[in-house]
Amino acid sequence: MNNQQKPYDNIPGTTVFDGDMARIGFHLNQFCMSLMQESNRVAFKQNERAYLDQWPMTEAQKTAVLERNFSQLIALGGNIYYLVKISSTDGLSVAAAVSTMTDLSVDEYIDMMRRGGRSPEGNRFTDQGESKPSEESLWQK
Amino acid sequence: MAKVTSGLGTSHIPLLGYLMDKGESHLEKWAPIFKGYEFTKKWIREQKPDVVILVYNDHATTFDMKLIPTFAIGCGESYRPADEGYGARPVPLVKGAPKLAWHIAESVILQGFDLTIVNEMTVDHGLTVPLSMVFGEVEEWPCQVIPLAVNTVVYPAPTGERCLALGKAIRAAVEQFPDDLTVQVWGTGGMSHQLLGERAGLINREWDLAFMDDLKNDYEKLAKISQVEYIRESGTEGSEMVMWLIMRGALNHEVQEVHRHYHVPVSNTALGHLIYENASQESEEEKTL
Repeated sequence: MNNQQKPYDNIPGTTVFDGDMARIGFHLNQFCMSLMQESNRVAFKQNERAYLDQWPMTEAQKTAVLERNFSQLIALGGNIYYLVKISSTDGLSVAAAVSTMTDLSVDEYIDMMRRGGRSPEGNRFTDQGESKPSEESLWQK
Repeated sequence: MAKVTSGLGTSHIPLLGYLMDKGESHLEKWAPIFKGYEFTKKWIREQKPDVVILVYNDHATTFDMKLIPTFAIGCGESYRPADEGYGARPVPLVKGAPKLAWHIAESVILQGFDLTIVNEMTVDHGLTVPLSMVFGEVEEWPCQVIPLAVNTVVYPAPTGERCLALGKAIRAAVEQFPDDLTVQVWGTGGMSHQLLGERAGLINREWDLAFMDDLKNDYEKLAKISQVEYIRESGTEGSEMVMWLIMRGALNHEVQEVHRHYHVPVSNTALGHLIYENASQESEEEKTL
């Protein structure tokens, strides 16, 4: 699928964790996985840079971890279920981590969820604000 | 003979387990969530399943990027609740059903489903939250559990058609098993949610409710939904709903919906829950056809 248009490329604000992302994010995600162990969480918090340097990650990935830049971590192959292990180590909720990828503050994001979440209207296709019937939609009435 | 009598679908949102573990599930502010399971707790005490085949996805807990099985069946004696980064949930050990699980594995592999067989693993909130929501706080789980883990973390997840067909194959396997056992199949995950990107927080109530409507009779139509359409309409994590199709495939064509619950939000997610019972005697009629 390299260099080809993917059927999910036109979904706005969305990165699908496919083979390309899994490939570039392998070491980043396995670093996150190591935080499942308490001793590793302690070592990471004691010296984050030194801990990261034990992993064959790119400099950009390490920087994004240090900055807790989740949008960048997703772009560099991180998977959200792995990345939340970093925010759990920080004692943060999933919502706190997730909201940083939106244009909302944590409180605004939580408020949006309480009001029923983000509407799919206008959020289905990148190329137009309005939703249009999907060519692949065999089901939608 | 063993028999699949009923099935249920439920979200497996971590917050639900967290609230129960902290003793906060009874608080008034969470009542709209937990009230929807009061019927279920009574229902399960009447049904008394011997075995639950629990379809869920592992969330980077047992399976990391080293190993990503599309379908994995647990054939072990027991499974410990996993430490997902903040200590294991204080819930009972999950007892397996190795004899039936091995029978199902052998049967469905010969029916064309190349399952991965797992004998030792820990189980995360995807499996333990549904047990808590259905059985409540118990000293031990009152049934055996066969974990069926489905990859929905790495694209692509198995197709809806494949999931539906696997459910049918599991039902056929169960019905060949000589012991008298009451078996349920639970499909978990969903409903609409997206945990990443600028579109995070997406909820599509209309989609979720239509899915629950169509699952009863028009499940073949649901099985044709592509993962791309799930993602576009119900969020990146909404595609967990394919796991409900495994449950549906394991039941009769004719089912009775005896309970339904839907609530938005539970943290980042739309919660959905329903219960189907096989319409009586149809299984016998089908056999004679």
